[in-house]
Amino acid sequence: MSEQWEPRIVAFFCTWCTYTAADLAGISRMTYAPNARIVRLMCSGRMDPQFVLKAFADGADGVLIGGCHPGDCHYQAGNYKALRRYTLLKRVLTEMGIEPERVRLEWISASEGDRVQKVMNEMVEQIRKLGPLHLEKAPRRTAAAQEREREAVGVSSQGGAR
Amino acid sequence: MSKPKVGFYWCASCGGCEEAVVDLAEDVLKVVEAVDIVFWPVALDFKRADVEAMKDGELAACFVNGAIRTSEQEEMAELLREKSQLLIAFGSCSHLGGIPGLANLWDRQAIFEYVYKEAPSVTNPDGVVPQEQTKLGSNGYVLTLPAFRDTVRALDQVVEVDYYLPGCPPPVKLIVNAVMAILENKLPPKGTVLAPDKALCEECPRKPTKPDKLALKELKRPHQILIDSEKCLLAQGLVCLGPATRSGCGAPCVSANMPCTGCLGPTSRVKDYGAKALSAIASLIDSEDEQEIAALMEHIVDPVGTFYRYSLPASLLHRRVRRGATGGAQA
Repeated sequence: MSEQWEPRIVAFFCTWCTYTAADLAGISRMTYAPNARIVRLMCSGRMDPQFVLKAFADGADGVLIGGCHPGDCHYQAGNYKALRRYTLLKRVLTEMGIEPERVRLEWISASEGDRVQKVMNEMVEQIRKLGPLHLEKAPRRTAAAQEREREAVGVSSQGGAR
Repeated sequence: MSKPKVGFYWCASCGGCEEAVVDLAEDVLKVVEAVDIVFWPVALDFKRADVEAMKDGELAACFVNGAIRTSEQEEMAELLREKSQLLIAFGSCSHLGGIPGLANLWDRQAIFEYVYKEAPSVTNPDGVVPQEQTKLGSNGYVLTLPAFRDTVRALDQVVEVDYYLPGCPPPVKLIVNAVMAILENKLPPKGTVLAPDKALCEECPRKPTKPDKLALKELKRPHQILIDSEKCLLAQGLVCLGPATRSGCGAPCVSANMPCTGCLGPTSRVKDYGAKALSAIASLIDSEDEQEIAALMEHIVDPVGTFYRYSLPASLLHRRVRRGATGGAQA
């Protein structure tokens, strides 16, 4: 890679707490590392482990998940579901040779803009230390299989991260 | 009128899929009445040269089981693709990579080291490992073996596949339905998995005992408890993958007190079976405490082997990440 490598992070934030906190960070003119592409979810409980794997498969070096603090979930228990899935997913990732530090789950409430700033910066530094993930491209899947995948994940499998 | 010709072939598989064809029992007579089986290495003496001599598309349908691991299997997959109007991935290995696909947690070198040198049952003082080419004695004859790839692939990661018959092995009922659909020309759109598109729980005989809300305080393995043969296995704390798995098998494992291990793969709306199965089980855990959750999850001793038992090559990550791969190997 001739250009300077920069960590690529995909962040999944729940709309009620962490995404609002990221908005607050922006409105408050806080600066933080620009490496994350933020995806807004209604709840961290919507965080399908497939999203994390898809992000890695399409070129992310790290994935950050943000939800409401325990007890504060807008839907009562979505963040606990996220925590359980995250716990088990980390074990699978470790066995698959992906450092568990590449995924991070954080509880950030709507008023904690400064925490978004801090966590983002920490995450970028963490991934910078670990280096690029360099995942091998999956074997070419044939047209019929790709069609099924597009329908299943609901996104284009062409092009990867932009 | 001549009967349509069909073929069966096996790649990296155990032979259980061939057994499934034999399990058709009397129904196999109906099949043979309707079609000519012109290629089936396990049962009939036709060779690769006979297939090569066929016209393109001469086979009306070819059922290929097993994952693709070696160069020879790649060649056969390509050859059979050319000669067949319909290529059907038969069984879990061909469909999603199957049990042999778990070898994607290692690579060729690690597998050779263990299988030919380190395994406790091996005596190999000279450290002999299979070579792709070996010169024999004085006459200079070169003996060749197929190349062994680093990564196991599902059939559709090598050639275009028309339909999938899932299962380890595919249930007889699904095979019969598929053969009938081909003969009567009543096939669904290309790329379809020829099985119902519902979760196994829907056809599970234990469904009436499944609680509306499952909340597990413990995860168990089948040998650790006396299993109630009526009650939902998940409700007994067993890791049953029924909620994430396609139906169509009639739940024979569950009926025999064995939790579903997911051989029919996901329904059409799921891309990565393991991730979805993991998600389904994790969300049933009844705890909100980080340490307690982690401790409960420890009861799943082999997460990849549990959730990706039949589908690692077809998963989003497809193999273990290799550090400092030296190239030369095919992904």
